[in-house]
Amino acid sequence: MGIELPLLAMLVPATGALLIAAFGRWPNLRELLTVLTSVTLLGVVLQMLPVVLADGFWETTWTTEPVVLFEMLPGIPLELKLEPLGMIYALIASSLWILNSLYSVGYMRANREKNQTRFYVCFALAIASVMGIAFSGNILTLFVFYEALSVSTYPLVAHKGTPEAVRSARVYLGILVGTSIGLLLPALIATYFFTGDLAFAPGGIFQEALTDGRLTGPMLGVLFFMYMFGIGKAALMPMHKWLPAAMVAPTPVSALLHAVAVVKAGVFTVVKVCIYVFGTTSLVSAGQGEWLIYVAGATILIASCIALFQDNLKRRLAYSTISQLSYITIAASLLSPLGFMAASIHIAAHAFGKITLFFAAGSIYTAAHKTKISELDGIGRKMPWTMGAFAIGSLSMIGVPPTAGFISKWYLLSGAWETGYTFVIVVVLLSTLLNAGYFLPIVWRAFFRAPPSHDGHAPLSPQDDAFGDPADETAAGKPHAHGHDDHHDDHGEAPLPIVFALSCTAAGTIILFFFPDIVLGLAQQIFKGLPLP
Amino acid sequence: MLDIQANLPVLIVLTPLLGGIIATFTGRGVLPWLWSSIVTGATFALTIQMMMTLLGSGEPFISYELGNWPKWWGIEYRVDLLNAFILLVVAGIGFITTVYARLSVQDEIPNDRHNVFYAVWILAITGLLGITITGDAFNVYVLLEISSLTVYALIAMGKDRDRRALTASLRYLILGSVGASFILLGIGYLMMVTGTLNMEDMHSQLLRMPDLDTNRTVLVAFAFLVVGLSLKMALYPLHMWLPKAYTYAPSAVSALLAATATKVGVYMAFRFLFGIFGVGFSFYAMPSHFVLLGMASLGIIFSSLTAIRQTNAKSLLAYSSVGQIGYIVAGFSLANANGVAGSIVHIFNHAVTKGGMFMALGAIAYRVGGTDMKHLRGLGKRMPLTAGALALGGLGLIGFPLTAGFISKWYLVSGALDAGMWQLAVVVLIGSLFALVYVWKIIEALFFGEPTGRTAEATEAPLSMLIPIWVLIGLSIYFGVDTSFTADVATRAASSLLGGLP
Repeated sequence: MGIELPLLAMLVPATGALLIAAFGRWPNLRELLTVLTSVTLLGVVLQMLPVVLADGFWETTWTTEPVVLFEMLPGIPLELKLEPLGMIYALIASSLWILNSLYSVGYMRANREKNQTRFYVCFALAIASVMGIAFSGNILTLFVFYEALSVSTYPLVAHKGTPEAVRSARVYLGILVGTSIGLLLPALIATYFFTGDLAFAPGGIFQEALTDGRLTGPMLGVLFFMYMFGIGKAALMPMHKWLPAAMVAPTPVSALLHAVAVVKAGVFTVVKVCIYVFGTTSLVSAGQGEWLIYVAGATILIASCIALFQDNLKRRLAYSTISQLSYITIAASLLSPLGFMAASIHIAAHAFGKITLFFAAGSIYTAAHKTKISELDGIGRKMPWTMGAFAIGSLSMIGVPPTAGFISKWYLLSGAWETGYTFVIVVVLLSTLLNAGYFLPIVWRAFFRAPPSHDGHAPLSPQDDAFGDPADETAAGKPHAHGHDDHHDDHGEAPLPIVFALSCTAAGTIILFFFPDIVLGLAQQIFKGLPLP
Repeated sequence: MLDIQANLPVLIVLTPLLGGIIATFTGRGVLPWLWSSIVTGATFALTIQMMMTLLGSGEPFISYELGNWPKWWGIEYRVDLLNAFILLVVAGIGFITTVYARLSVQDEIPNDRHNVFYAVWILAITGLLGITITGDAFNVYVLLEISSLTVYALIAMGKDRDRRALTASLRYLILGSVGASFILLGIGYLMMVTGTLNMEDMHSQLLRMPDLDTNRTVLVAFAFLVVGLSLKMALYPLHMWLPKAYTYAPSAVSALLAATATKVGVYMAFRFLFGIFGVGFSFYAMPSHFVLLGMASLGIIFSSLTAIRQTNAKSLLAYSSVGQIGYIVAGFSLANANGVAGSIVHIFNHAVTKGGMFMALGAIAYRVGGTDMKHLRGLGKRMPLTAGALALGGLGLIGFPLTAGFISKWYLVSGALDAGMWQLAVVVLIGSLFALVYVWKIIEALFFGEPTGRTAEATEAPLSMLIPIWVLIGLSIYFGVDTSFTADVATRAASSLLGGLP
């Protein structure tokens, strides 16, 4: 019945990590292993898809016993369980990991990064943690793998080992672990204290404690607050600073982890907690949780405004991610079935669009060694594939058809309409304008501005390197002051694996618009599991 | 023929006692170490046998009368689940650190003193085991002195590497003696009112006293004991002897002490507060609830803050130990099931984690010649396995999930919530965040620094060190994942403690 498959989905990348570590001395074999592992993983995940999509999932598969890994605390085992929302997350992460692996090979080789074996090992471990998060059967399991993801991605952020990278990685880990230990863990323990249970249940687990008076409405509100800010990976302001800090990592890391795996782990947890821990009714009836709509709305707008003024491309993308993540949070905070659907769909839609944008940023860096938007004049003529993909990704961020971003925005607006939150509608409309305001100028600049003349721009300064992967030459200490731009002005497209990967994700963004059946099907499956209001 | 099974309790103490004395005559070379490993190994095997016997018997405890003297005249050894568990920890750590010690001791202590070192070392373990196993209050004091005197000597042996070991040892000698005399006074006063030295007897006599809560002698005894015990277990602010002692002691000694000595101090507190005085008197009639929780909380916060400021990794871990004692004390001061269980679990978890980490630092000192941050820098490349062990142990100190430290914290915070003390939950979590900061100081130095000096030429630690290190670190991971043994023992021991003397 495919119930052991979640375990397999974790074991495949974990085994992959071991193999990669063992064969790290032979780069070709190591990278072949990475790609093979990712393909195997997608195969495993796809095996689970029909099980989750099947009619009567909630009556059959959901009610069977979960896969118990260990009895970690008495009565609260580490357990894995199939679930439609987790399925969306796992599906996205595993399919994009294949493309990202190809991209990494091209990127890491072209930029001659150091410690590549550590990079691939940690990457595979991070994916294993992602699978653990996606298929976790209770909150404790989710928490365990959530922390495992923070730790396994720390070496990736600090990858270059420069003081700047180490400092940023410290911010990264400090905020992520600080919020999770300081707020999420006590929330978890308090949940166990009040309910005696940590298992996920559609409709939430608090009703009983609320009705028999163990838990009061305000206490529930405090718990909700601790959960929402404790999930630092969702980058709800003011817990968002780690995301721009993480941009110091090599671009493949920013692409898969900080556009898909890590940040989606955050919003996935937010949505999961809203649906399966709090449920639609308990928060609403207790009159708590409405504040989240306003905090998320403010995050959307403020982050977009900050993005508007960023000249560093990856930083602008990072702030755009912060704002897009809060789309998902705001959708979930509507606490309505349509809102939950919008949130689940946007997890997928944003993933494809944002990874394309990051791939493009890395491609520009690899081919042209440019990290600033102001340097991108006319680059579209030299790198048509890259910038074409970038344009598609931008459209998806704005929510223009025919891209995936349109579908999620549609559901979000429907959900807002249904629940009567005009505030959400206003935020979405304003934010759409802002999105257009900070993405379209890049596209316009790349295609319609003339390329700069030879001495029209300065060489890279050290500050730029901090966010744009200094090349191996600078790391090796060779003086290379003015060479960069002169050398790279006659560049063409980035290496083939990079261009291939970003074209695929751009295509995926469009395909998801025309064939959203799988994601919609999974989202509707969540819908069916919810108790009727 | 001696019946091992029937005399198991006394053999646990006799084996190392005689073994330690014999060790004085083992001469030079590798022989003292070999002999010590055999003795501690045998002792460890005996404690395993003891645990299995106890679990197999189905009895709540096993009583053994020394020399067949009835227990109210002679000395009774009394093994229940709690001290069988502590015996296992002490003997196990004793064995592993002995195996580890060979190269480290060769490196740090002149060859002509090895026999003395190992003799004193085994006697220290004897004292700790004896305190744990005995059911007689005066016997506790005698064995406490054995373990204390030997530990002062062990610390002082660090003098060949750093003369400051001598002052550290002297400081501990003074404070430790104060603590021990307080304990002796407390026991004396207790004997005055109860007329007995047998712990169980003392307890039932005390319970029979109508004016227990107001009896001056009992109150004075209680005060002396609490202060004395706090000194021995290094509860903040009576911890001043500990950081320097751990820092300047020979590496192997630091590992042994950090893992066992203060833990046995906590065990004594269990015996006296829960076993003799009883929960009702210790935590409800007396304000120790408030005092101990307050001291523990201050300890967690301030010693963690001090740990952050340290530039020597050994003293950083020493201050961290003071903070961890705070968790243990806070746990049992809650006097509820989850809190006490968390305390017991943390005794084990912290022993394993800190022992492994101090051994890893010892391996670094062996290869690089010091444990300052500058020695650690960039060591992740040169000694990946040692550095990895140190990093994993560090995650355990923070209390990351899948490490043993997480389990302890879960119980402690649950216990705090059960008691309605959410402030303590906050303190525990703040402590974890501080731990994150000081552990990350070590991790950044190890993995993201550039090696200089001797660090640049260092090679991986020898296998004879790596294996013991990884056994302990492996255990700290294993018991973070599968807690059925530790959690089960801890909850059962906790419920029997809370029910009075088992």
